[in-house]
Order: sequence, then structure tokens, then C-alpha cells
Amino acid sequence: MKAKVRAKPKGVAWAGEELSQKQIDRGSALQTRYRPEAKYSWAAGQAMSRFLEELQNGKLIARKCHACQRTLFPPRMFCEQCYRPTDEWVYVKDSGTIETFSVSYLDKDAKRITEPIFVGVVSVDGASPQMGMMHYFGEVTKETIRIGMKVKAVWKPPPERTGSVLDIRYWKPIPEGRR
Amino acid sequence: MRVAIVGIGMTPFRPSTPEFSWKELMYDAATRAYADAGVDPRKDVGSFVTCAEDYWEGFGIFDEFVPDQLGAAMRPTCTVSGDGIQGLAQGAMQIQSGLFDVVAVESHSKASDLLTYPHIVQHALDPILNKPLRGHPNYLAGLEMDAYLRASGLTARDCAAVIAKNRTNALRNPFAAYPSKLTADEADRSPPQFDPLRALDQAALADAGIVLVLASERKARRFAATPVWLRGFGWGTDSPNLEARDWTTAKYAEIAAAAAYKMAKVTKPERAFQVAEVDDRFSYKELEHLEAAGLSKKGETARRLKRGDFALNGGLAVNPSGGSLGCGYILDASGLHRVAEVALQLRGEAGSRQVDRARNGVAVSWRGIPTATGGVAVLGVGK
Amino acid sequence: MRKVACIGAGMTLFRRRLKETPKELCWEATRMALDSAKLEMKDVDAVVTGSAPDAFDGVHQKGEYYADGCGGFRKPITRVFTGGGTAVFSPIAAWWHVASGLADIVLVVNEEKMSSCYPHPQSVFAHIWDPILDRPLQPNLVWIFAMEMNRYMTVHKIKKEDIARVAVKNKRNAVAHPAAQLADAKITVEDVLNSEMMAWPVQRLDISPPSDGASALVLASADAVKRLHVESPVWFDGVGWCIDSTMWTDRDLYFPEYLARASQMAYKQARIDQPRKQIDFAEPYDPFDYKELHHMEGLLLCNKGEAPKLTREGVTQRDGDLPTCPSGGLLGIGNPIAATMGIKVGELYWQLSGQAGKRQIPKEIHTGVTNAWGDLMQFSSVVVMRA
Repeated sequence: MKAKVRAKPKGVAWAGEELSQKQIDRGSALQTRYRPEAKYSWAAGQAMSRFLEELQNGKLIARKCHACQRTLFPPRMFCEQCYRPTDEWVYVKDSGTIETFSVSYLDKDAKRITEPIFVGVVSVDGASPQMGMMHYFGEVTKETIRIGMKVKAVWKPPPERTGSVLDIRYWKPIPEGRR
Repeated sequence: MRVAIVGIGMTPFRPSTPEFSWKELMYDAATRAYADAGVDPRKDVGSFVTCAEDYWEGFGIFDEFVPDQLGAAMRPTCTVSGDGIQGLAQGAMQIQSGLFDVVAVESHSKASDLLTYPHIVQHALDPILNKPLRGHPNYLAGLEMDAYLRASGLTARDCAAVIAKNRTNALRNPFAAYPSKLTADEADRSPPQFDPLRALDQAALADAGIVLVLASERKARRFAATPVWLRGFGWGTDSPNLEARDWTTAKYAEIAAAAAYKMAKVTKPERAFQVAEVDDRFSYKELEHLEAAGLSKKGETARRLKRGDFALNGGLAVNPSGGSLGCGYILDASGLHRVAEVALQLRGEAGSRQVDRARNGVAVSWRGIPTATGGVAVLGVGK
Repeated sequence: MRKVACIGAGMTLFRRRLKETPKELCWEATRMALDSAKLEMKDVDAVVTGSAPDAFDGVHQKGEYYADGCGGFRKPITRVFTGGGTAVFSPIAAWWHVASGLADIVLVVNEEKMSSCYPHPQSVFAHIWDPILDRPLQPNLVWIFAMEMNRYMTVHKIKKEDIARVAVKNKRNAVAHPAAQLADAKITVEDVLNSEMMAWPVQRLDISPPSDGASALVLASADAVKRLHVESPVWFDGVGWCIDSTMWTDRDLYFPEYLARASQMAYKQARIDQPRKQIDFAEPYDPFDYKELHHMEGLLLCNKGEAPKLTREGVTQRDGDLPTCPSGGLLGIGNPIAATMGIKVGELYWQLSGQAGKRQIPKEIHTGVTNAWGDLMQFSSVVVMRA
């Protein structure tokens, strides 16, 4: 399988001149700086508007598709499997199960933090299996948190809610057997 | 192997759509297209192509947010960071390569969600040479209009006639967002903003969604509607560098048209079509594109325009839909809008804006400032 | 369906920061690819380019901006973008330009300049999340991998050491790659396990960091291969791609079903029904070490949960029975997202045409498979190549 042609002629370096952060900081590598003005205000639409309103009321809401009988959470106005409009609003519980999680020592800008953030996906009771949302976990430790743990939402008091997923502070463990 | 358009879905163009999220807007356009084609996307559509740019939408990877509303969950789906005709071409090639029989191509504008549109257009400029000049990027259209008018002999008054034609044509188009009984005199008096570019020379933004369903020749005749054959298509890019570019000719349209006409075996484009939908994001672009695509010979365009050749039943209806000036400019989806309107004309489904005996049509698109990229699609019905 | 071959390839170094602009990076990779195919730009009928978020390079519609660096001047050029999946997807788009009959010779150029983005390219990843459901939680990109890795490990009861072995293998393999940023001949499993904890269970050495780079391939029809007397064409025998629902919180992350579908699509064309037997080597996408394992299973090269065992037993070493990431992968060479085409499809080409130098797999090889992965744990592109 030996080819006569080399990937690159012998002795010819592969292209690319490396720069270091120091060169940039010292100004020995010329730069042009620009900050784009990129602002958006996304219309939440039918499904998400109701979802956010209900969060402000301290409730989680889903949509049901009568064709596949799934209870879809987060709610959506069309079922992506059946490709038809969904049929009715259905409340789901604010308890669930940890499907997966991480213990993060990084913030959103990749800076190190000492107090870890517990985050993951919680599948919500009342919705179809494994349908859930990403959120924080609280009142847990690295040792106690596990996949399969039963959890319940801890809500902010009503005056503090704004119609956001952050109206839930975090999900906390509940003793097995209780909902 | 030929490819046909067998489904067309278009939502009404609106200055804003606060009641819908972008997903719901896409769902609307797709539902209409699939109903028109009589297909279930979960069973009958093999692949999905969306034409989108992150910065129009406000996301880091817009591709993530497209499948569910198109019926594309767990299906081959991709994003073309290009305009509607480039997307259409990818869909057609997917069919011609033998991979699929039916492909859906989508594009939309949710410009109303974008609060800083001119800044995003500016963000497309060369970071070292052009961005530092700041300013509203439409000054580039002003420069180009000036260069083009000087080189072509056309005038700002001719451009005003284009504005009047398209805004008035839009009165017959129930999908249009900006219909207006405007005269050329009124348009001519529009205040200059990037002299010679006036306020009314610039199409206003709109929200809308468009989906086309393409099918291979062997499947095309099974669909309800008359297949509209994609006889030829092409696209091209001139220099991205403003300083190195030809400012007096839409070179990308020449390249795209040459490729499309070759494929479609069109040798005399100025006589081959009854209808042309040609990008008019700025009024002068319509004239520039007509010439670059060989639909009007240089030196004759002013006379033909005045004579009414480009009116609804003047022989070559140009932008009977109202174009972007009359319907609203829907960003990269405007290329698909051009094609959709030609297809509706060729099917005889263009209502009160129908062009008599339209059998062959052409769509010419442009990606807008600061690009030098556009596409051409040649469509026809019959054999 | 016309047959399509790869007849040349090129790439730049991959480094955290390169001096070259996006246009210059494209130019270097393109020049090397054209030289290797003994062609000039006038011989090229069309160009396809792939590049991931525009926000990295800091230019809207960046495909337009660097088009001239790819030779897109007065030619048809199109950019495709499927997140991280672009590395293997843009060659597929180039493939259909030829397979459809539109073009005989197509150039595909992928570029990424992540270093332009301040304070850190990571910040761009804030914008890949749903604005209502996810973004308010201020997620970090690493969370995605941590959540997926945890689910995969827990469902199959996989030990971290077995995952760390992948990072060790690839970073050591990369020593033989001229473009490598992160090669390390001496790295051990202990090094990986002792590295800084980022977001449990992900540690620093599990990750491939951001890079600048570009790569290019030349694709040709069978007629062109004959006409040009190409000595070692490598054929695209199967292509596939698939995207899962946007609702990532509704899926079980332990197995990439969308990759299995994409693989099935590619294998069907390539007439492969026993992948483990019929495929000689693989370049699965490895932005994180566990991803190689996840993708080996998604590529149907082994049963679910079995990939760690193959790794532990040395099967995936360069001299093993199923060499996996013989290039050194993203973990060893670097991760300029779309430009990793050069170490995925590019590596398949170089291996199958005998041009892989010190990385050349010792056993006889005829069939290779590669995948890329992108969007929100959602998209995969797959290519099968044969020589």
C-alpha cells in the first residue's frame, strides 16, 4: 500500500505560525478588536409563553399528543414524532428523578469556582418517561447525589418569581417513597 | 435525472410575528408545504435542508433548533449557511446523487427577533479593513448604486419606477407585508439616506417562512400538484473583498446564470421566460440582476422598463410578487421566496398576480450586503 | 450514483493560537491539498466549505468572508454547518456535488479560528443553549459532556480508568502526527486521573482544548481519477447523517441513537452488515475521551457498553485488531472543530493511500470509517472509505 507521493514533501514544515498569549499581551502580535452589537429578543411563542406563565404560578405544565399518547415536557405545540399539533395542556408534578448530573467547578466563562454547582437533568413525574429539564440540584453533596435519586423542586416565593426556569431555585432530594 | 418542486409552503409576510416563536413559524411553513405536496414528513421525506445563519437567529449553532418543527427529528438534516437557492441546489444534488427521492428545503426570517440588524450586517465586514469604518452598512449599497448607475446609464428615476412597480404589484399578493399604491414620482421624492440610495430604495425587513418539497423525476408525477421542473440551477461568489470587487456588475449572478442556463439548455435568456423573480433588496439591484442574468441587454433596460416590458403582462413580468420591496425582505430566505413565487406562477396558482401563459420562469437571488454571492434557478412546466 | 474518490488532502498545524487569519489558514490547507493532488485552482469545479460558529472567527456570514482563501473566487462555493458534525459533513456535501454529476473535481476546505474569540472561545458556547429552558442556568459547555459521560458510565458501570486509557492512547498516537498540538509520549492513566476536576466526572486531560487550524480535501469523479492517472484514490463508499430532536433533556444520553442511524445509512451504501468484521480501522470523533467509546458503540463496531473492554484489551491500539484514532485524534492533535476534517476523513485518506508516515497502521487495511458529532448531543455524520 506504499504510495509514491508523500503527504507533504520531506523537510517542508506544515503551515502555521504559533502565537503565545504573552505575545498578544505584550502587543508584539498585532490585533484588531471589535465587539459586535448582537441583541435579540426572541418571541417565546405559544408553548413557551404558557410554560413560563405557569412557572410563575409555581406549576409545571406539559402538552399531550393524543396520537402517540405521550405527555411532552417541555411543552410544545406540535409533536415531533407524529408531526401534528399537540392536543391539550396537562399539569405535571414538581417532583422527579435525576437522569444524569455533574458537579461543576467551572462557571459559564470557564473560570474556576470553589463551591461546586450541582446541575443535571431531572425527568419529571407525570410526563412521559425520561422527559425532563436541566436544572440545579441543592441540599446534596458529591457523595449523596446519584442517578436515580428522587427529587422535588424548591420554588422561590411568589413575589420573587418572574416567569423563568429560575423560579425554581433548585431540586432537592426527597426521601424514597414520598412524592 | 430531473428534479421537480412538488410542494410549496409560504407563511404571510409580516413586519413582526410576536405570537410565534421561530419554531412555530417554521412549523407553519412546513405544514403548508407538506399539505400542498400531500406528504407525511415522517414517512415520505428523506432529507431536510435548512438555510440559516447563526447571527440572523441569535444562536451559536442554529442547526440544533430546526429538526422538530420540520418533521426531521431523527432524520438526515443539515444547515446550509447560504441563501435559499444554494440550499435548493444542495437538496437537488442530494436527489440527483441517488440518496433520496424527496427532500424538503426550508428557510425563514424572524428578523423581528433581531434587535440590532444593521450591526449584524456590519459584523459581516472584514475585521481589519472595513469594520473600523463603522457606520450603517447600507452605505455600501449607496456606493454600489452610484457606481452601477454611472456605468449602466440608468438613473435614480428608473430605480424609482422599479419601487413603484413592485410596491404596487404587492397589492395583488395576499402574502405581501408592504403593498402600496406608490407612483414613481412619489418614490423618486423619497429622502436620500446613503445618497443616491433613498429611504424607499431599501426593502423593509419582514418575518416569513418558506418550505419547498423537491422530488426526483420518478416520484414527481405521483404528487397532486403539477411538477415544476428545476431545469437548471447555479450559484457563485465574486470577491468577498470590497476593494477587489467589480462594483458595476453583479458578477455572481453572471456566473450563477451561466451555470443554470447551461444545465437548462437556455441559449437566449432574454426570450426564454415569461416570469422572472429577481432580487430587489435594493431597487437598483433588480435592474443590475436583470442585466447580469442576461434577461435584459445592457443599454436596453431603461427603455424596456419605461415601455412596460417588465410589468405584469408586458412580456417578461419581473417580480410580479412584489419582490422584497413589496413583500418584505426576508434575509437569506429571500432566495427561496423568489423560487416559490416563480413556481406558483408556473402552476397557475398566483391568483390576481398571475402572469398569462407562464410556462418558464427564472429566479435570481443575492445574499445581501456585504456578500457577492447569489444564485439562479430556471424553472419550467410541461415536458 | 457516481463514484467519488478523495485524491488529495492538506492541513495546517493545529495550535491554540495561530498568527494566520481565517483566509490564510484556508489558503495554506488548500494549497497543500491541491499540491498533493497535482492540481491547480482552475481545475476545480466547485468548492464546499465547513466552519462552526461564526462567533469564533468574529465575522457574520464568515463563509463569505474567507471564501477567497478557499479558492471560491468566481466559482460556486457553499458553506455547510452542522456544529461539530461539520468535520465529516462538509466532505459529504462535497461528495454529492460529484455524485450528482454537477462537478468532476470539488475542493472541500474547513477552517476554524477559535483564538479570535475573547475572553475565551468557551463564551460562544453560552449561545448554543435554548434561551428559555437552558440559558438562564448559565451553563458551561463542559456540563454537556459531564452529563453525557456520567450517564454512559453509570448505565454501563464503566470505571474512569478505562475512559482515561483513550486519552492516553490518542495523545501518544499523536506524537507521530506532524500537526499535533497536544501529543505526549509519556502520558499515563494516572496523569489523566490526577488532572484538575472541571465538572465531575470530566477532568482537564479528558478534554481536547480549542485550537486554530484548517484542512482541505480534493474529491474527484471516477472519470477524473482516470483522466488524471491518480495512483492512490480512496473511494467514498458510504455516507450517512442524522439529527435527533432539539429536546436533548428528553433523551437517554447513554447511547447516540442518531449516530447508529447515520451509520446504518452509510453501511447500507457500503454493503457492510458486519461492521466489526468488515471495517479495518476507525476514526471516531473524540473531543473527549469517553466520546471515542460512545462513538465506537454508535458506529456499531461493538455492543453497547463494550467499547471500554476493547480499549483495555489493546484492540484499539495502532497495532491492534481495530486501530481506533491512529491519527492521535482531537485529544492528541487539537480541536479546531470543523477543521478536524483533516484528522478524520483526512486520516482515512492518508492511511488508505499509504501516506500516513509514522502513523501508518502496520496491518493491511482496505476499509475505514469515521464520524463527527455536533449540535446539542444531537447530530452525527459518517463516512466509509475504501481503497
